[in-house]
Amino acid sequence: MQPIISVSHLSKTYDTGFKALSDVSLDIRPGEIFALLGPNGAGKTTLISVICGIVSPSSGTVTADGHDIIEDYRAARSRIGLVPQEITIAPFETVWDTVAFSRGLFGKPKNPAHLEKVLRQLSLWDKKDSKLNALSGGMKRRVMIAKALSHEPTILFLDEPTAGVDVELRREMWEVVRGLRDAGVTIILTTHYIEEAQLMADRIGVITKGEIILVEEKTELIRKLGKKQLTLQLQKPLDAIPASLEAHDLELADDGGSLLYSYDTQGERTGITALLGDLADAGIRFRDLQTKESSLEDIFVDLVRKS
Amino acid sequence: MNFRAIWAIYYLEMARTARTLLQSVASPVISTSLYFVVFGGAIGSRIPEIDGVSYGAFIVPGLIMLMLLMQSTTNASFGIYFPKFIGTIYELLSAPVSFAEIVIGFVGAAATKSIILGLIILATASLFVPIRIEHPFVMVLFLVLTSVAFSLLGFILGIWAKGFEQLQVVPMLILTPLAFLGGTFYSISMLPPFWQTATLFNPVVYLVSGFRWSFYGLSDVSVAVSLGATAVFLLVCLGIVWWIFRTGYRLKD
Repeated sequence: MQPIISVSHLSKTYDTGFKALSDVSLDIRPGEIFALLGPNGAGKTTLISVICGIVSPSSGTVTADGHDIIEDYRAARSRIGLVPQEITIAPFETVWDTVAFSRGLFGKPKNPAHLEKVLRQLSLWDKKDSKLNALSGGMKRRVMIAKALSHEPTILFLDEPTAGVDVELRREMWEVVRGLRDAGVTIILTTHYIEEAQLMADRIGVITKGEIILVEEKTELIRKLGKKQLTLQLQKPLDAIPASLEAHDLELADDGGSLLYSYDTQGERTGITALLGDLADAGIRFRDLQTKESSLEDIFVDLVRKS
Repeated sequence: MNFRAIWAIYYLEMARTARTLLQSVASPVISTSLYFVVFGGAIGSRIPEIDGVSYGAFIVPGLIMLMLLMQSTTNASFGIYFPKFIGTIYELLSAPVSFAEIVIGFVGAAATKSIILGLIILATASLFVPIRIEHPFVMVLFLVLTSVAFSLLGFILGIWAKGFEQLQVVPMLILTPLAFLGGTFYSISMLPPFWQTATLFNPVVYLVSGFRWSFYGLSDVSVAVSLGATAVFLLVCLGIVWWIFRTGYRLKD
């Protein structure tokens, strides 16, 4: 399948000497939701800014729907909508004017019906004549999404779209994003909320120190790198793990009240049966047990720590 | 050419003027008209005619030129600086718009505002002092060239400025003195010989002189030289704008 965004050996070094991106290569598939995760300063915003034309690359190439972002910038940019991280809107304009301006800027003819559809979709229709400085923070963020959608893009970049918005609005935005994906829009989002990526994304990319260290299907990523942990709550606390159980690589927790056992769900054997047998032999009884699967957050933290 | 984008930028800028009529139109018209009242009506009647033109009428072209320089520069500089300041510049940079189209939108709007203001002030001046326009075509040509050239200068200033203070430096500390010392209120032939020569290094002299010639046929320097100097200034500004967009100076990093 032809990627809708293709980033090849992209590097960016700012005038200050700071290297924000280092030989980044990445393909985004049409119609997917791709979540780009990374700690602060990892290069997420720089990568988006280069693709959208806001920052000049130092080297490398990027194409959007087959169009080079520099040689054929008009065709490339006309396909892209961008919602930046910061709320940046002209405070004295009305919602309608600012959205209409965005559409005009992309060279599209007036289409009040489309703008109305976008504003209704984002619950902004009754605010269309309001000045932007009279809106709440959540509404301003929705206006920025409306601006990005005004020219009917096929690729939408959402840079931290739900940063600082309340839970209810965040869920509303997720619905909007899902609706856009269902309508065929490819979505690339950066987020600090791992829950957001876990809930929304089809594929996950992890960037740190300007390098993409992993790109994987979300389910595959959790399957491959995810681990399960068995917690055994003991009837009597232990001071130390008995020598007969050392082979199981256990951890003591809760001041000796619990034993933790990590295992790979994909492995041929989990080792649970042997562990329970050895525990019985050692005379260690437990009053409860539970298992927990590692979340995307655990995987992400682990990946970034190791890189 | 993305004409819709040019129109969108132009319309946005003109709408900003419409929202701020008192500041954008009434303020410059009133402040310039005060010169006509003071120098044309009150003091002007006690000053002898200059080459057969009353003092009040003599200063009209210079005052219009002073207003054009200031308004073109400040309007265009604010027009591009404000999106930089509030962050909405991202939208211009990520749209399928060429740099030339961005310049045409912003500079076109700033120049249009200045020309409209110039015509309003001309009409206002005619209420206070007798005015004649001997070369209307040249008058319009100077009006347009000067508005465009100084709107380009303002655009450069808006890109360069890192704060509101820098935005004010050029209009207040450079343009205003140049305009006051550029023959707005006097003919340079009234200066001692040394200062007549020195003042020829002031580019505003050529604008005021050429513009005044279009009104009364009076000029300190040849009208062809005035037009040439204005055209050279325009080309220099265009060259700098082209360089800014080619390198992304203070825009893309």
